[in-house]
Amino acid sequence: MADKPEKKDVGKIFLEEVNRPAGEKTKKGNGQAVLIPVLAVISGLILGAILIILTTEEVYAGFGRGIFAGLGEAWKVVSTAYVALFKGAVGDPVRIIQALQSGDALEIRRSFNPFLESLVVATPYIFAGLSVALGFRSGLFNIGAEGQIYMGAIFATFVGYSVHGLPAYIHMPLAFLAGAAGGALWGFVPGFLKARTGGNEVINTIMMNWISFRLLEYLLTGPMQRPDSGGSPISPFILSTAEIPQFFAKPIRFHLGFFIALAVALLVYWFLFKTTWGFNLRTVGANPQAGRYAGMNIVLSTIMGMTLAGALSGMAGANEILAVNRTLALGFSPGFGFDSIALALLGGSTPGGVILASLLFGFLRNGATKMMLASNIPIDIISILQAFIIIFIAAPAIIRTIYRLKTPKPESEPVVEPAAQAEGGQ
Amino acid sequence: MATTTITRRTIEGISPTRRIIYGVIFLVLALIILFMFTLKMDPATISTMALTPTGVTRGAVGDLVFPALPAMIVMNALVAIAGIYQIVWGFGKRTNLILGLTFLVFLITFLMWTAGSKTLFLGSLLYSGITLSVPVILGAYSGVLSERAGVVNIAIEGMMLMGAMMGALVGSLTQSAWWGLVGAIVAAVLLALLHGWLSIKYKVDQIISGTVINIFATGMTSYISSKFMQHYEHLNGTPIFPRTPIPGLADIPLIGPIFFNTNFFVYSVFALLIILQLAIFKTRWGLRLRSVGEHPKAADTLGINVIRTRYMAVILSGVVAGIAGAFFTVGSIGRFEEMMTAGKGFIGLAAMIFGNWSPIGAFGAGLLFGSFESLGPSLSLLGSKIPSQFVGMLPYIATMVILAGVVGRGQMPAADGTPYTKE
Repeated sequence: MADKPEKKDVGKIFLEEVNRPAGEKTKKGNGQAVLIPVLAVISGLILGAILIILTTEEVYAGFGRGIFAGLGEAWKVVSTAYVALFKGAVGDPVRIIQALQSGDALEIRRSFNPFLESLVVATPYIFAGLSVALGFRSGLFNIGAEGQIYMGAIFATFVGYSVHGLPAYIHMPLAFLAGAAGGALWGFVPGFLKARTGGNEVINTIMMNWISFRLLEYLLTGPMQRPDSGGSPISPFILSTAEIPQFFAKPIRFHLGFFIALAVALLVYWFLFKTTWGFNLRTVGANPQAGRYAGMNIVLSTIMGMTLAGALSGMAGANEILAVNRTLALGFSPGFGFDSIALALLGGSTPGGVILASLLFGFLRNGATKMMLASNIPIDIISILQAFIIIFIAAPAIIRTIYRLKTPKPESEPVVEPAAQAEGGQ
Repeated sequence: MATTTITRRTIEGISPTRRIIYGVIFLVLALIILFMFTLKMDPATISTMALTPTGVTRGAVGDLVFPALPAMIVMNALVAIAGIYQIVWGFGKRTNLILGLTFLVFLITFLMWTAGSKTLFLGSLLYSGITLSVPVILGAYSGVLSERAGVVNIAIEGMMLMGAMMGALVGSLTQSAWWGLVGAIVAAVLLALLHGWLSIKYKVDQIISGTVINIFATGMTSYISSKFMQHYEHLNGTPIFPRTPIPGLADIPLIGPIFFNTNFFVYSVFALLIILQLAIFKTRWGLRLRSVGEHPKAADTLGINVIRTRYMAVILSGVVAGIAGAFFTVGSIGRFEEMMTAGKGFIGLAAMIFGNWSPIGAFGAGLLFGSFESLGPSLSLLGSKIPSQFVGMLPYIATMVILAGVVGRGQMPAADGTPYTKE
């Protein structure tokens, strides 16, 4: 069992970084807790702009005519793209002002639709981001959010279409909680394996992801396939009683799920920072040894952390089905679960930070859809931006070097030191 | 922290509990074979197995025809005997091998049962099994190389995807499969360098670094594919490596058509198996590599440059992942499609764990896992009642079982995943 302590230390250094209370960070880090994420996002956008310039033929044609023509083309391409991104994400300011002046209620709603749509996209991000953040807080790396989202969607869909005769105020919460239970199940298994056998949760959650993808394929081509689908892998529509209500008429999809997400974030905050259970979770997450000395139940804490994280991801899946898609299809998630790792990092694993990061990603992804139409830049640029942002957040030294920031006094060094030695020596 | 003790689990024998668990698993398999296949077999069934892949003439042999039921009873009995032997005496070090063999028997009886009196194209099945295993096995080698030096590499999938894209792009531009391969390797090595740079220099958590590379590779390949390769046909049509029979060996009956009449990638799997197994376990270089992964501080004390060794391991890991990526485009269909690696890198990771961080184990596990993939389509052709998706899940479940230590935990390098700080 020599590798027992060592296994707990996968991600240790990083978790130490993340788990330091936010307040402490701000005091000692010259405000870098806020500055670094902001600079990371800006740097990501700059690198994205460079990529756009490098992959646009018109720019090369422009440089063929002369240096200024080339720079002009480059500016034009990037500004067109990012203006389209902004308009797609927030809405066209001119149109919004005109709509407000005209006082036409329908036009006002339409002009705000891009903004509302961004909130729709941000909603599953909030759930999934909270899931990964809660995992980090309990010292676990939940890379399985995607699989948990799949399970949440499967459970919610099943309850959504198969349970008949319930009033909406029971059916909708029931389907939503079923989704949470599905995700919780998919979180419980790796949590249990980690606590009981020391099986690395990173590998196990990756495996669980793929098991859930295969399971969904099977279900949608077999038991859960819509009878009249003509062979395409899609589930029946959920009943109207299970739907999470949307607030406005058809093209606007803004729904109650967004507020449920905010409420859940508040709940997670309260749980983590105001309850004994949450305190135990964070202590065990930050330093299992300390937790053990204080008489905390490490096994229980690990299982609980992973199960709750799974439940949160499951809610993301349930939300997508009950509020937006209303039917389950292959590829219903454009990788919310994988993006959520970036969200938790960007948000410093605090519920508030996760909400802000989710809003940002919601705006980016929704805006990128419009950018793709306006300037022919594939939506995949969002993944590239994300990768850059995670790199800068995870290795703040890079950002500090680029922007010549001072390295904050490493007052937590003595805390890191014994752990690092234990790893090296083991 | 002055006293650090090094305790290592012995691998010579397995504990009595494990021995009995194994034995019970063998017996359960025997019972499953008995009740699901043997007892349901019509005594009059004659099994026909085509041993040569269809369309191959060199080294072809006739079909194997035999009565199904007696053969099944013999195999069934062997598994049961293995189970009893395991519980009473135990196979010791050979337990894992026997486990593999019992699974093989299970597979064969299963195939015989599904095929019934229809012809089972065993040769084609093996051939496609090996071909489909290539990226899984190479991915597993890639993982072995970096993890033996203590760097967890979950970015194999991303490196493979990037390699596949670059292979198609460079191969199409140069109209040469070899240059495509070079392009794939360079692309994967660049990502490997990023992984090394982040996780060794900046000590970013290796899981995060790997995740970043996977996200980046997904985004970048899809971006370039949808911006250029889908619009300009000439950017996405690379020549592929032809089937090159090895003179002499390709004519050997039975194994010739399956192993020695394929392309560069299958040969590289075998070549790398021998090279890596010898290099890692029999050379000074390999000893240094492993010492860096097991106990970097001790290695450093003895004058081994830990940082440089780790960089080298990660770069080599990238080279192998690049070859694996090239297989998807210049090795098979000659086109790049978005997300075409479809999790093969992660199955490779699983195979590496299942194969106990050794090249030979990675090869065996990769072959097993890859064959599961080839089984799926064949099963539906044979009219099996078991959904192919469940067969596809088996590698993942097997890996979780192994990780949980139910059937003997693997020997993960002790310092795997730990950044090294020189003092």
